[in-house]
Amino acid sequence: MTPPDVTEASVNPWGDRLFRLFVTLAALTVPLLLGFLVYELYLGSAPAIDKFGFGFLTSDIWDPVKEEFGAWPLIVGTLLSATLALLIAVPLSLGVSIFLVEFAPKSVRGPIGFVIELLAAIPSVVYGLWGIFFLIPLLRATLFPFLRDTLGFLPFFQGAIYGPSMLTAAMILAIMVMPYVMSVSREVLMAVPTSQREAALALGATRWEAVTGAVLPYARSGIIGAIILGLGRALGETMAVTMLIGNRHEISASLFAPGYTMASVIANEFTEASNDMHFAALTYVALVLFGVTVLVNAGARLLIWRVSRRGGGTPA
Amino acid sequence: MPGLRALPTLLALLSLAAAPVAGQQILTGAGATFPYPLYSNWFATYGKQTGVRINYQSIGSGGGIRQFIKGTVDFGASDASMKDEQIAQVNGNVEQLPTVIGSVVMTYSLKGMGGRRLRLDATTIADIYLGRITSWQDPRLKALNPGVTFPKLDIVVVGRSDGSGTTFVFTDYLAKVSPEWARRVGRGTAVRWPVGLGGKGNEGVTAQVKLLEGSIGYVEMGYALANRLSFAELKNQAGNWVIPTLATAQAAAASIEWAPDTDFRVSITNAPGANAYPISSFTWLLIYRNSTKPETAAKLRDFLRWMLTPAAQAQAERLHYAPLPPVVAKLVAARLPVLRANGRPIP
Amino acid sequence: MNRRFLRLAVSNVMVALTVVAVVVAVLPLLLILATLIAKGAGSLSTAFFTQAPAPVGEPGGGVLHGLVGTLMMVGVASLAGLPIGIGAGIHCAEYPHSRLSTVARFIADVMNGTPSIVVGVFAWTWIVAKQGHFSALAGSAALGMLMIPMVMRTTEEMIKLVPNALREAALALGYPRWRTSITVVVRTCLPGIVTGSLLAVARVAGETAPLLFTALGNQFVSTDLNQPMAALPLVVFSYATGPYEEWHTLAWATALVLILVVTVLSLLARWATRSRFTING
Repeated sequence: MTPPDVTEASVNPWGDRLFRLFVTLAALTVPLLLGFLVYELYLGSAPAIDKFGFGFLTSDIWDPVKEEFGAWPLIVGTLLSATLALLIAVPLSLGVSIFLVEFAPKSVRGPIGFVIELLAAIPSVVYGLWGIFFLIPLLRATLFPFLRDTLGFLPFFQGAIYGPSMLTAAMILAIMVMPYVMSVSREVLMAVPTSQREAALALGATRWEAVTGAVLPYARSGIIGAIILGLGRALGETMAVTMLIGNRHEISASLFAPGYTMASVIANEFTEASNDMHFAALTYVALVLFGVTVLVNAGARLLIWRVSRRGGGTPA
Repeated sequence: MPGLRALPTLLALLSLAAAPVAGQQILTGAGATFPYPLYSNWFATYGKQTGVRINYQSIGSGGGIRQFIKGTVDFGASDASMKDEQIAQVNGNVEQLPTVIGSVVMTYSLKGMGGRRLRLDATTIADIYLGRITSWQDPRLKALNPGVTFPKLDIVVVGRSDGSGTTFVFTDYLAKVSPEWARRVGRGTAVRWPVGLGGKGNEGVTAQVKLLEGSIGYVEMGYALANRLSFAELKNQAGNWVIPTLATAQAAAASIEWAPDTDFRVSITNAPGANAYPISSFTWLLIYRNSTKPETAAKLRDFLRWMLTPAAQAQAERLHYAPLPPVVAKLVAARLPVLRANGRPIP
Repeated sequence: MNRRFLRLAVSNVMVALTVVAVVVAVLPLLLILATLIAKGAGSLSTAFFTQAPAPVGEPGGGVLHGLVGTLMMVGVASLAGLPIGIGAGIHCAEYPHSRLSTVARFIADVMNGTPSIVVGVFAWTWIVAKQGHFSALAGSAALGMLMIPMVMRTTEEMIKLVPNALREAALALGYPRWRTSITVVVRTCLPGIVTGSLLAVARVAGETAPLLFTALGNQFVSTDLNQPMAALPLVVFSYATGPYEEWHTLAWATALVLILVVTVLSLLARWATRSRFTING
């Protein structure tokens, strides 16, 4: 449905020229803004890049007083919280999208889909608020001691239980990421041609076997794309994580221990950074975070785009 | 990209044109969370009396000192004295004026204390924060508090995640009483805590302690009182058990000898004195000795005069901050005429 | 026989598990809404909407500072963000093969995936650091920058839905290109464009991170763009992480208001697209 590129001047060429000028300028703003963003981030972090170089990414010392900064615990914390979140969210999201596309009666599809989309509309800070007063006391009283009692032989579930922790942050991230993974998986599953399902069922497969044998393999790279998209969201989530992770510049084997992520350190320390190098270090963290999310998101979109090109059968 | 850089100035000029004209005499300050409950009250009262609005952002002493050095605020506030290097950054253009004395208390949330106050001595506090004492069931706690049934909980240690004068006061005390702390961690507005959560500001620490049963944290006394949190009785240098009160806070300051040209940068932690509370500190306002804005300097100086009046200092008492000892108040009052604007006395 | 029974059993168990997944997925939303209403609805009085906050620790007061702040900053952000976003979207839809369109589309997707706190850092280095103070202007700039790629993509999608027949008919009747675009194409999918804009406004109204060190927050009601300003999400954040119970109650109520605003805007957007959007008639 692409409009034809009609470029001949009509009766009065000035209307067209002005129009084209305006929309072109508007479109130009987009790459200009991004370029400016990268430029300013680079400028702002230059003092830290000069002083620490790539060692910044592997050092674990964060000492504003001595002006020594290292982002290793932040990077690990970001990746760990995001991965844990996905471990929780992906099975759930896939379960929901498979249900909605394959098994759900039509009347139920709309409302459930709408409810899950509402989850995506809740601001992050509201998740944080709920996490502080509802989730943390609940986890501290029930799930965490249970995990420590039953699975305490694993280093992940040892150590003091504070409440705010890596696991708490991962759980709230899972809830926040779920709508994104779910909606993309749902579209990917809907793009699988009905013929695939019908063929499997005709050959005697059970409903579930039709899903695992015919639908999922077809949609595999799209679903992987959805997962990576969810990863991209989880990496950049700020407010809820800041309010629930415990703010500690240290990596711990225990999931009950507090930790930190790149986004939350910026949120917490930026207004009170005590010296110029502190600001530069935080801007450096922002630059790294930006780079990581761009890479992850670009990868995700590439995968999803490949699926949509390859697929194209009649939606269920 | 020079063109784009001019944009914010252009937009700012446009927005200034749009800004309401109603003489919003606003002074801006930023810094310590330690005295925030008091300042919030003082500024509100002062604003009602004089129409001068003072907008104070409670972002921590570290941030306050930084903003003051950058010149992005009209005054700063801190419970950590400015270091020599920081004073050099403003070329000595600072008067660090004390406003009140506050106490850092060890606040905790423990059910089943039976109305009794937890007793902690210096090395116990250091060991809790060093991670050597991890459970409320530890025998050393039982020894200090005979007859108390402690819960079977891990000690949730709460430190600060931001640059804080309160942290400076607390770590200054710990460094004086624990050689291991001095060696491993040291004193500063931000330190590498061996264990614990990071709370943001005095408010954040109070919030964490209030929220999590079995936690311990260090906050300015007013926060603990306003939130009905218990705080511990400590053993001071003289060997006596003292409760943080206005009297014990002022006793901590009593042993200082003041020179008339003092720069007010003194530490009163672990003070000698039979009745001294060991973790007390002055809190200071950072004022430009030679300001570039005469009107602002005048308004600030008027506020400082008001702050020294008995009415204002009595308000401080009601909010559980100890008023300045008379000798200090006199010295501050004598320092006000020294303030300048553009090299000339303030109108 | 036995094997078929086993396979059927597995299939039924897995289907049941997907239903469990739906329940588990929907549960947090219900819990959050229930908690918000239970803890926040009681505080929604007139005072709440019309008063500035009381001094620290004292009861009473409201969130007028946040309401005014959010309205002002989102308003200013939309003033710049909506025209630029819609204009860019029109460009990409009307000149889809131009290199600028391809680049802009890709970059808009990149920007949509950028964490909003990074945009906040950018606004800080661009405006706050150079001006030397925090300001609502910097906050609005950050919000506007978040808005532009959102609006651009949704506008483009909406315009692409307009069939070529309409364009060709208008051109055949002698309309110049620019008039075709504006009065025929855009007008046809105006509900969709409005939807996209409303959704972007709703999303941006709930953003906290980019305002943390641009607008910073303010305990007074302010309309001065050149000074720090409060905003509803900032109010929720500082009150939720503070120690005073009065603050916690206000945080719940403010969060409830935020969710209501976002939900109403989303529902409005859905209703607007549902009603008369049948072009392929």
